[in-house]
Amino acid sequence: MPLPELQRRALVQIENVHKTYIMGDSEVRALDGVTLDFDEGEFYSILGPSGSGKSTMLNLLGCLDRPTSGLFKMDGHDVSQMDDNQLSDLRLKRIGFIFQSFNLIPQLTVSENIALPLYYLEWDRQRSVERARELADRVGLGNRLGHRPLELSGGQQQRVAIARALANDPRIILADEPTGNLDSATGKQIMSLLSELNGQGKTIIMVTHEDEVAAHSNVRVHMRDGNVERIDRNA
Amino acid sequence: MHAFYLAWQYIRHNRIKSVLLVCGVTLTIVVPAAVFILVRFGEEWLMSRAASTPMVIGAKGSRVDLSLHALYFRSKAPAPIGMAEAAKLREAGLAIPVPLYGRFTARSFPIVGATLDYFDFRDLRVASGHQIAKLGDCVLGARVAQALALGAGDRLLSDSENVLDLSGAYPLNMRVTGVLAEERTEDDFAVFVDLKTAWVIAGLGHGHQDVSKADESVILDRTGNTVVANAALPEYTEITDENIGSFHFHGDPAGFPITALIALPRDEKSAVLLRGRYEQQDAAAQLVIPEDVVGEIMEMVFKAQRIFNYTVVCIAAATVLFLVLIISLSLRLRSTELQTLHKLGCSRHTMITLVGAELILIGGISSLFSAGALVLVLQLAPVLMRTFLA
Ligand SMILES: Nc1ncnc2c1ncn2[C@@H]1O[C@H](COP(=O)(O)OP(=O)(O)OP(=O)(O)O)[C@@H](O)[C@H]1O
Ligand SMILES: [Mg+2]
Repeated sequence: MPLPELQRRALVQIENVHKTYIMGDSEVRALDGVTLDFDEGEFYSILGPSGSGKSTMLNLLGCLDRPTSGLFKMDGHDVSQMDDNQLSDLRLKRIGFIFQSFNLIPQLTVSENIALPLYYLEWDRQRSVERARELADRVGLGNRLGHRPLELSGGQQQRVAIARALANDPRIILADEPTGNLDSATGKQIMSLLSELNGQGKTIIMVTHEDEVAAHSNVRVHMRDGNVERIDRNA
Repeated sequence: MHAFYLAWQYIRHNRIKSVLLVCGVTLTIVVPAAVFILVRFGEEWLMSRAASTPMVIGAKGSRVDLSLHALYFRSKAPAPIGMAEAAKLREAGLAIPVPLYGRFTARSFPIVGATLDYFDFRDLRVASGHQIAKLGDCVLGARVAQALALGAGDRLLSDSENVLDLSGAYPLNMRVTGVLAEERTEDDFAVFVDLKTAWVIAGLGHGHQDVSKADESVILDRTGNTVVANAALPEYTEITDENIGSFHFHGDPAGFPITALIALPRDEKSAVLLRGRYEQQDAAAQLVIPEDVVGEIMEMVFKAQRIFNYTVVCIAAATVLFLVLIISLSLRLRSTELQTLHKLGCSRHTMITLVGAELILIGGISSLFSAGALVLVLQLAPVLMRTFLA
């Protein structure tokens, strides 16, 4: 539920951000002076042709990368000044990731996969196990806690990944083509789960190239050639 | 969840890779270490015995064979020399003679014919039972007693040397009178009898089985004074209180055989004189200094070991390179997994800790296996040594 205009609060502020990759003597401007705010509690999708800078944008938002130039603030913190450890810490405490190919750890059980971020947060075992069970219930996999990822269907694996993304109770969930590896029926289920989470107050930023998937979001950011082309908001 | 727990899950999940890694690391540690241990142990085993045996006199021929025979009752018995050699030594007053006659075996353990001087010389004590007292008695080395489960009062039959033995020497059914205390030397693996008993086994001395008193069932024909016995007569000789009086030796005792004569020189000067005697052209026997002979053998072993060491260094280097290759390839295979961890907020430091924990676990498991294997090698060193020397 979007908040009324006056109460909106920018969770992420991006101002004139450039991301340039130097390849030999040519340079690729993956992001070319983007200015954009992401407000708390919204569900964003980022659309655009291949090579338009969607993944680069998401990596930046995920604090996996720093901009070449420009201002990038996350929850009031200036990310462009942070070192690797601080970036890791920011990811750990504020961001949840969902990937196109699930990226579960094959040797760990569902429960252990969900609790993985809690290990880095140094939670004790008992609490982690309880939290994992609670989250597995929330994504409808409470009866699969002891299974390994390869014993689950694609949709179930993505649910585990969503539960994992929720483990640290993040402010923002970042998803790169979360339905890209799923059939459309399963994809719809995953999207309604994400909508549900958004309804519970999570800010979601999702990259997709399918309009049907993007329809679940309330703000659609269209990108082209490393910049924002236009923004559609639900009325 | 702990770094080691995650690492352990990874190791378990990738069982085959982990087992191969552990095997590689374990072998790289164990093989050179085991060879080192065995060579040192062998050196100790050979040298200590050689150092305590000043001189050995025996038939001319291989110095190595003679030394190994006199020290370890090994290799085929050298050609015998006469007992006269021992007498000559005693008369000359240069050294105490300790004659040995070691041609036979009992259940594959060497039977060593010796005088009581041998027990004094080696400081062998009887741990249970009593020392050889009569013809036909034997005492067992500790390991023989253990292996054959025999003790004082039991009987032990000597092995027949040759099924077609024309000399008519039957195996001797010896009486075990005692077991020696464990010495951790080759004496633990021998059966000791008196020289005369050994000569009986060789068929040089015999008693007369009183056939006329034998059980009626074995008598085929009794006409006048001729008694013909069938093959059911005992196929071995046994020296009993009844027949011991009838045992006698034919021929000149000076010519009776011994296979080695350990000489314990009175002093330095006697030793030099003795060596001089046997260096003369016409000497019938040779005198060897076991320490020199074993030293020469060890010199060769060390040379071989040095070559082996170089090889091991090369192999170890190759193994390390392989391990680096395997680990870097597996890190590459896991790059998605590691990247996921990174995206979930795992710092590089934590990832290094995780991979480190895996390496520590692999290393730890390999070290445990290596330690186990090396303890086993140490334990089996005496047995392995005897097998190699055989
Ligand atoms: N690590 C990198 N090194 C060099 N160039 C890069 C790198 N990452 C991205 N680029 C370039 O930056 C531009 C934007 O790439 P990006 O991955 O953000 O596109 P995208 O919108 O995600 O495309 P797609 O829909 O195909 O995933 C592309 O031209 C790409 O080649
Ligand atoms: Mg992309």
